[in-house]
Amino acid sequence: MPEYESHEYDVIIIGAGGAGLRAAIEAHGKGLRTALVCKSLLGKAHTVMAEGGAAAALGNVWPEDNWKVHFRDTMRGGKTVNNWRMAQLHAQEAPDRIYELEAWGALFDRTADGRILQRDFGGHRYARLAHVGDRTGLELIRTLQQRAVSLGIDVFMECKILKLLKDSDGQVSAAVGYWRPTGEFIVFTAKAFVLATGSIGRSWKYTSNSWESTGDGHAMALWAGADLIDMEFVQFHPTGMVWPLSVRGLLVTEGVRGDGGVLRNSDGKRFMFDYIPEMFAAETADSEAEGDRWYEDHTNNRRPPELLPRDEVARSINSEVKAGRGSPHGGVFLDIASRRSPEYIRRRLPSMYHQFMELAGVDITTEPMEVGPTCHYVMGGIRVDAESAATTAPGLFAAGEVAAGLHGANRLGGNSLSDLLVFGRRAGLGASEYAEGRTGTPSVDNSEVDSVIEGALAPLGRDGGESPYDLQNDLQETMQSLVGIIRTESELTAADEALGELDERAANLSVSGATPYNPGWNLATDLPSMLAVSRLVTGGAIQRKESRGGHTRDDFPGPDPEMGKVNFVQRYLDTGGIEIEPTTRPEMPEELAELLKEGN
Amino acid sequence: MSEREVNMRVWRGDANGGNFEKYSLASQEGEVVLDVIHRIQATQAPDLACRWNCKAGKCGSCSAEINGKPSLMCMTRMDELPEGDVVVAPMKTFPILRDLVTDVSFNYEVAKRVPAFQPPPPPEDGYRMQQVDIQRGQEFRKCIECFLCQDVCHVIRDHEENKPAYAGPRFFIRYAELEMHPLDTNDRREFVRQKAGLGMCNITKCCTEVCPEHIKITDNAIIPLKERVVDAAYDPIAWLGRKVRQKRKLTPEEAVGTVSHDVATDPDS
Ligand SMILES: Cc1cc2nc3c(=O)[nH]c(=O)nc-3n(C[C@H](O)[C@H](O)[C@H](O)COP(=O)(O)OP(=O)(O)OC[C@H]3O[C@@H](n4cnc5c(N)ncnc54)[C@H](O)[C@@H]3O)c2cc1C
Ligand code: SF4
Ligand code: SF4
Ligand code: FES
Repeated sequence: MPEYESHEYDVIIIGAGGAGLRAAIEAHGKGLRTALVCKSLLGKAHTVMAEGGAAAALGNVWPEDNWKVHFRDTMRGGKTVNNWRMAQLHAQEAPDRIYELEAWGALFDRTADGRILQRDFGGHRYARLAHVGDRTGLELIRTLQQRAVSLGIDVFMECKILKLLKDSDGQVSAAVGYWRPTGEFIVFTAKAFVLATGSIGRSWKYTSNSWESTGDGHAMALWAGADLIDMEFVQFHPTGMVWPLSVRGLLVTEGVRGDGGVLRNSDGKRFMFDYIPEMFAAETADSEAEGDRWYEDHTNNRRPPELLPRDEVARSINSEVKAGRGSPHGGVFLDIASRRSPEYIRRRLPSMYHQFMELAGVDITTEPMEVGPTCHYVMGGIRVDAESAATTAPGLFAAGEVAAGLHGANRLGGNSLSDLLVFGRRAGLGASEYAEGRTGTPSVDNSEVDSVIEGALAPLGRDGGESPYDLQNDLQETMQSLVGIIRTESELTAADEALGELDERAANLSVSGATPYNPGWNLATDLPSMLAVSRLVTGGAIQRKESRGGHTRDDFPGPDPEMGKVNFVQRYLDTGGIEIEPTTRPEMPEELAELLKEGN
Repeated sequence: MSEREVNMRVWRGDANGGNFEKYSLASQEGEVVLDVIHRIQATQAPDLACRWNCKAGKCGSCSAEINGKPSLMCMTRMDELPEGDVVVAPMKTFPILRDLVTDVSFNYEVAKRVPAFQPPPPPEDGYRMQQVDIQRGQEFRKCIECFLCQDVCHVIRDHEENKPAYAGPRFFIRYAELEMHPLDTNDRREFVRQKAGLGMCNITKCCTEVCPEHIKITDNAIIPLKERVVDAAYDPIAWLGRKVRQKRKLTPEEAVGTVSHDVATDPDS
């Protein structure tokens, strides 16, 4: 059996995106020996790609804004299956977390009176997103990274965790992984662990996500016995690039629409006016003239339908394309060129300008963009306690995209970056308290470590098996075509069967070369998580026989009030299967329920 | 779509040496160099090592030398390169790990030495900063840490021995950013002069030329920094004056904070 190095800490944080970094800063601040572990170099996590901004009711642009309105918008956007307590804490604490970044050196765009400027985004009643042009994620991750480095927090970069191990009383006690540059194995023992591993988008063919988004944290929590919820809710962002093929899926920020861009079909028509749902009719403009006036005057006009929540917009684009009114490459047109001056566009959306110019040869100041839905975000994930971010597995905490509850059935743009800060901090605190209260030294069973290592190395020793790249490709095709934006029973069961076959094929992978920096081998070690999360999404989607938020069933087109009362919990059975169980959400306190009523 | 072929010569090897290997593939419309590398991995060389994350020029992972020019693989379109073989090599300034992947830990070590940002405690109603006063800092904060500027800088590219005493252009912009930050109170001039090796830079501007974020590293960061630092006599009063002058006084209207929406969405107004 290969040798491995061992490290011992109080708190280990797996993932160095916004959530992991914020958690580490907090745990370190509590005086605990803390380390961060991440698959890529520090500062490259998916968070770096976030564009539009971080939502917080600062009230700098619209003094009418406050946490109550933010809470209401988040719950309505999530079709009210959110964990209301998380939505409340998030809305209340986000402003402090944003100001804290400023005190750590972040330079947000400013209002005329020198405060943090806020921008409009879909589903937010007021301009609420603190931002830096269209590179907010970069500012956020760099600020947190520089803070973490100045505090001297240990970072293990390009180090992939494969599995969490528990001690004899069932507390999570160790994490086994390997260094990507050398392929050498490493074991961390700690009193508490935080998962902050981000998204799952890599299981789909067209996604805005980076290679890291393979759902490792979701899968590791599942295997460690923790509950996951809402896995059927996957967000397809309405505007991904559709051409050239090689960049298909790459994100086009919602900021384009927030700053005046509109969607048109091949007839040049602003088709979103045909798709305003009942629930949002009272607050959505019903004429182009009113929608256009709204940009200047939010008080006397209603918002244009291009800024409806993402699930609505993505479904509408899908319908237009299906009806034969799409653009040449199978999307629709996103037009800001005819609506704003070239100077304005270049200043407000510099990286979009750059991205289209360099990758598609399209000048967005003079031509429309072609866009279509892309797999973007998972609302579902690890079930956590709102206050402490504790999962149902003792010793394990989770924050950021890997955790679930805040966003319900659909996430509003900008609510993720603030989620990372609010619940990253809470997870750091929760893990610290747990670590301080834990007695005894966390122990690890060497034979379990050995079997994880053996499993990871198996494809290298096997001849004549399948290429991990082929398996990944077939998985992505399956999820894209059968578990995409519009779902139906027969396709979901077909997907479930296909995943069974893919699981079998995954047991017979062959990889050439050695372990140091070998992407083929790295992929082979990512595939078990990708397959596991695909199973969870498909399983949840079969159970939820209604359409709600990010989950649309062709065979159950409307929402079902009874289904609206439950979340589907999934957990691993010792027999190897997965159990799915509906659970009823706790009742919302009267004063919060009041905020959701019409007219509020 | 054309049936053209693309011919790639990709450096393969590790710290013990290596050589360029040739790969031929059918060309695909609109592809960037990174796409071709990925197709080579999927079809011909599954263990070909490269770094990438965003595929959109936002994370700075995929740095390499393409036809000799330090570039991002994800932002270099194949159809914009001259006819003939496309040569892809790892960055030269950093030790090789494998194939196109180098050991960039030098940069992370330099980052640890940067004396931290130090603002005064926030006033009751939060910090106020004017857009004009942070514009320059924002330019530097566009940096995606691709380290291409570090790669091209001759002070360390050909002189390994300079590394311990030289921060490099990426960190000169970081120092400039902190120096110009309206809230920062930490004086790093002696540090920059003595420990960061600013004096070794002789303003060749190669760093500015390769920066994918088009940051004017030399003109906007290095030269002003040199003026402040090298500016022989260490004069705390003058330095303080300069810091304070950066903060423009608010006009009474601005201080009252009449924010109408269109003014507010326009960072320049
Ligand atoms: C293009 C794009 C634009 C976006 N724009 C916005 C926006 O404007 N506003 C907004 O609010 N949200 C936005 N989002 C969503 C938001 O960026 C993400 O939800 C968020 O950044 C996720 O952060 P995180 O900290 O949870 O995880 P990530 O940033 O994804 O980080 C995950 C970390 O976990 C590590 N990791 C994963 N698996 C392992 C493992 N097995 N072992 C060790 N480490 C591991 C990774 O290396 C990484 O460090 C956007 C997303 C995309 C893709
Ligand atoms: S200008 Fe200075 S920092 Fe930039 S490449 Fe030349 S010597 Fe290096
Ligand atoms: S300054 Fe430019 S070239 Fe240098 S690391 Fe930053 S983005 Fe890259
Ligand atoms: S992959 Fe992120 S910059 Fe190229």
